[in-house]
Amino acid sequence: MVRPIDMISRSGDAGLHISPQAKALKLELVSVSPSEAIIKLPYRLELVGEPDSGILAGGAVTTLLDHVCGQAVWAALDEFMSIVTLDLRIDYTRPAKPGLDLFAHAHCYKLTRSVAFVRAAAYETDRSDPVSTAQAAFMLTRLQIQPTPDQIRAAVSR
Amino acid sequence: MSDEPGLTPADILQAIPYARFLGVRAEFAGDEVTLVLPYSEHLIGNPTVPAIHGGVLGALMEMTAIAQLSMAQSADGKGGARRPRPIDITVEYLRSARPVDTFARAQLRRVGRRIANVSVEAWQDARAAPVATLHGHFKVFSESE
Repeated sequence: MVRPIDMISRSGDAGLHISPQAKALKLELVSVSPSEAIIKLPYRLELVGEPDSGILAGGAVTTLLDHVCGQAVWAALDEFMSIVTLDLRIDYTRPAKPGLDLFAHAHCYKLTRSVAFVRAAAYETDRSDPVSTAQAAFMLTRLQIQPTPDQIRAAVSR
Repeated sequence: MSDEPGLTPADILQAIPYARFLGVRAEFAGDEVTLVLPYSEHLIGNPTVPAIHGGVLGALMEMTAIAQLSMAQSADGKGGARRPRPIDITVEYLRSARPVDTFARAQLRRVGRRIANVSVEAWQDARAAPVATLHGHFKVFSESE
């Protein structure tokens, strides 16, 4: 049976291109492994939150973290399920350095039948020196019917 | 770092590249600001539902908190020193945000000399049925700093 993580690995971009907002932010999949994902947010002047300093907007980092958390859940599942964010807590530990791409790593550290718990961090170069850290919970709902490989391919190639 | 004196919160918002990227605009009623996020296809996170990206909702509410805080500070005559910055936020998702316009308004629960505690609600069709809420602490800067 095709697992969600296989779909991520095969599509090569965590299905990022089927999410218009991920596409608009030009998010790139860096790596994915069971229960973990790393995504890159390329630095762009368009995403700056403080025009004078060139620091990326907190909101862009929020979306990066939300997205990478979802991908980590996806990478942890054995079957396709509906994933809905319950809450997302973000600590902005320091401003992002202007001009540098941001990376975000997420780990789905606990999965129950109905809830997934995820921790994530955003950083420029060093995961132990994060710009911000996040903690999120997702509600999982079993699908009545698993998508067929053809449907998965169609969704990914859209 | 300082914003030019005489700039309105609407000007400040318009000067933020990321606000233009999302397409956010501000509407004012007295001392209250409502941020409006007109629906646009690029805001969608999950096209199969379809739903606006959760991160975008967080971003909208964070900007609302900052806009309302800036406004309160300029009303107090101590604004404009530096823009408030988020310290930590918690976003709770209550409903799927459909592909329609979204609004957000902030309530300043406590504004101290250094830290402000703010709650924000985002809604679509009905204010009484919010799609998401945000609670957070923001660093505020007074003139003396």
